[in-house]
Amino acid sequence: MNIVVCVKQVPDTATERKLRSDDKTLDRDAADGVVNELDEYAVEEALRLKEAHGGEVTVLTMGPGRATETIRKALAMGADKAVHLSDDALHGSDALATSYAMAQTLKKIGFDLVILGSESTDARTGVLAAMLAERLGTPQLTLANKVDVDGTAIAIQRVTDYGFDKVEATLPAVVSVVEKINDPRYPSFKGIMAAKKKKVETLGIADAEIAAELVGLAGAWSEVAEFAAAPPRAAGTIVKDEGDGGTKTADFLASKKFI
Amino acid sequence: MKLTDEYEALRKTVQGFARDVVAPVIGDYYEREEFPYEIVRQMGAMGLFGLPIPEEYGGMGGDYFALCLVLEELARVDSSVSITVEAAVSLGAMPIYRFGTAEQRATWLPRLTSGEMLGAFGLTEPGGGTDVPGGMRTTATLDGGEWVINGTKAFITNSGTDITGVVGVAAITGTTAAGKPEISTILVPSGTPGFTVSKKYSKVGWSASDTRELSFADCRVPAANLLGERGRGYAQFLQTLDEGRIAIAALAVGLAQGCVDESLRYVRERRAFGHPIGHYQAIQFKIADMEVRTHTARLAYHHAAERMLSGLPFKKEAAIAKLVAGDAAMDNARAATQIFGGYGFMNEFPVGRFYRDAKILEIGEGTSEVQRLLIARELGLADL
Ligand SMILES: Cc1cc2nc3c(=O)[nH]c(=O)nc-3n(C[C@H](O)[C@H](O)[C@H](O)COP(=O)(O)OP(=O)(O)OC[C@H]3O[C@@H](n4cnc5c(N)ncnc54)[C@H](O)[C@@H]3O)c2cc1C
Repeated sequence: MNIVVCVKQVPDTATERKLRSDDKTLDRDAADGVVNELDEYAVEEALRLKEAHGGEVTVLTMGPGRATETIRKALAMGADKAVHLSDDALHGSDALATSYAMAQTLKKIGFDLVILGSESTDARTGVLAAMLAERLGTPQLTLANKVDVDGTAIAIQRVTDYGFDKVEATLPAVVSVVEKINDPRYPSFKGIMAAKKKKVETLGIADAEIAAELVGLAGAWSEVAEFAAAPPRAAGTIVKDEGDGGTKTADFLASKKFI
Repeated sequence: MKLTDEYEALRKTVQGFARDVVAPVIGDYYEREEFPYEIVRQMGAMGLFGLPIPEEYGGMGGDYFALCLVLEELARVDSSVSITVEAAVSLGAMPIYRFGTAEQRATWLPRLTSGEMLGAFGLTEPGGGTDVPGGMRTTATLDGGEWVINGTKAFITNSGTDITGVVGVAAITGTTAAGKPEISTILVPSGTPGFTVSKKYSKVGWSASDTRELSFADCRVPAANLLGERGRGYAQFLQTLDEGRIAIAALAVGLAQGCVDESLRYVRERRAFGHPIGHYQAIQFKIADMEVRTHTARLAYHHAAERMLSGLPFKKEAAIAKLVAGDAAMDNARAATQIFGGYGFMNEFPVGRFYRDAKILEIGEGTSEVQRLLIARELGLADL
């Protein structure tokens, strides 16, 4: 099975994250870049599927030059090779433009199964899997906490508010995973050393037949009009127990729709 | 000193593991004085027990410096976990790799490097750890193709866990031509009749690590369990201990760094007299001093490791690294506990644990006095 895992470099959530004042995009130089956490689960799931069914795992990253660090981490975990889609023209792409650029690349490199984390910790749109599937004309199986492949049949458990749905399809397909799906492995030193020697192919937009006018800030359908720092968290409410603490707590939880 | 990309990736990986996997649970293990098997299993899966050993024996094909970086990152969060790896690799597996026969390597190394099995090394005896071999009493004699071992070993790390597989035992096997005791190392598999492991010591620190007294009463193992050559035991453990000092120095630097990390966080949060306590110069200077000690000790162990890996003499540098790093750990633990005030005296805070774990770093793998003796000897003062 030919599995492609999409992995994104995001600013470390433990550091302060900023937007650039000039073009209102994320300031990727201001913070340490790390692998988007959910993507580690995607890599792990891809590796497990490969271990069970054979095949090859390719990492696909779209991002600036420094995203190679992220690629190396996924390769150190055990992925076989990587494709790095990197081009100045892609800077500022919104979700729609990103899905177009990634879909073009996926068509070029080929796949039986595409696995993604269900969202990234920076933009948090959570729409990429659905957009990719639409553009690739494949089934989409999103928010999976369990994936089973049998020949060309694929089944997932899709996490919902009420439990889970069982969703079935045939390959090729696009799957997005949630963090309950597995425990991502830590790379071993042997894996880290081996990653150095694995092939990373860098593609520009021309290589992937991506039309420049459909990507980047100019090609984006959405625009950041304005941004402001998140307001400091308001102080909590303290309810004094005057014999009716239980009722008050229940009322509060009900008002927030927790119960 | 800039690490190579691979070392940096290893350091970051272990840093993440220590933070996400070790830190949340280790306090409980420590309090219950329980050995953290699950953490050990995961470290095994990451290959940490095989770092400096070639891939043909199941190792990671890295070097001793890679091991040191890992020990530092682990000890930044917890020393019990770090010493478990240190003893298993540096005292358990490395002597078998360095001095063992092809058969001994093939028998033991794959399981030791995977972390499925832990190794230990027994040198110290109840009657003396510094005065070796003068104070050594354990003997091994050949009888009918078997070594018969008698004696007692004290304070042996990793010797009594459920997954301990083998202990290298230093014993007197005869008298040299010069009339001195002849020392050899013999590999004793756990569970060999006549080999008894006592219950764990109750320790001041390193409470989630395994330390025990071992006794041998007519314990018989095959003659082939002699590690390397007969009579080479003294030379073997001198080399093992020289290397081990660099590893212990790395562990000590980790503890010293952990004190800096914890203090930096706390002095921003804790307020007194209208300011975070970090506002006060008395606190700032304490932290500056902690940083200086950590930094210089780190350079000292990096330097010793670099000499060792370049094949240069490193005895003096290893002793210096062990001495300054042990002092840095002890001094930083005292300073960090002071910064935390009453909370520093509570076991539930990491600095309380650091305080308890620091003292052994001036004792194990050669006391601070021994490091000074070695440095003085290297300076040619021994013959005055
Ligand atoms: C938790 C723990 C784990 C350990 N793990 C192991 C292990 O895995 N394997 C192992 O073999 N050992 C192990 N040890 C033993 C450790 O290495 C010894 O405790 C250490 O070497 C000191 O020996 P000792 O305790 O006999 O002290 P002693 O040798 O009795 O020393 C007592 C004091 O006298 C000083 N002294 C001794 N000789 C001189 C001298 N000539 N000049 C000046 N001062 C001197 C010492 O510095 C020390 O301050 C461990 C110990 C502990 C506490």
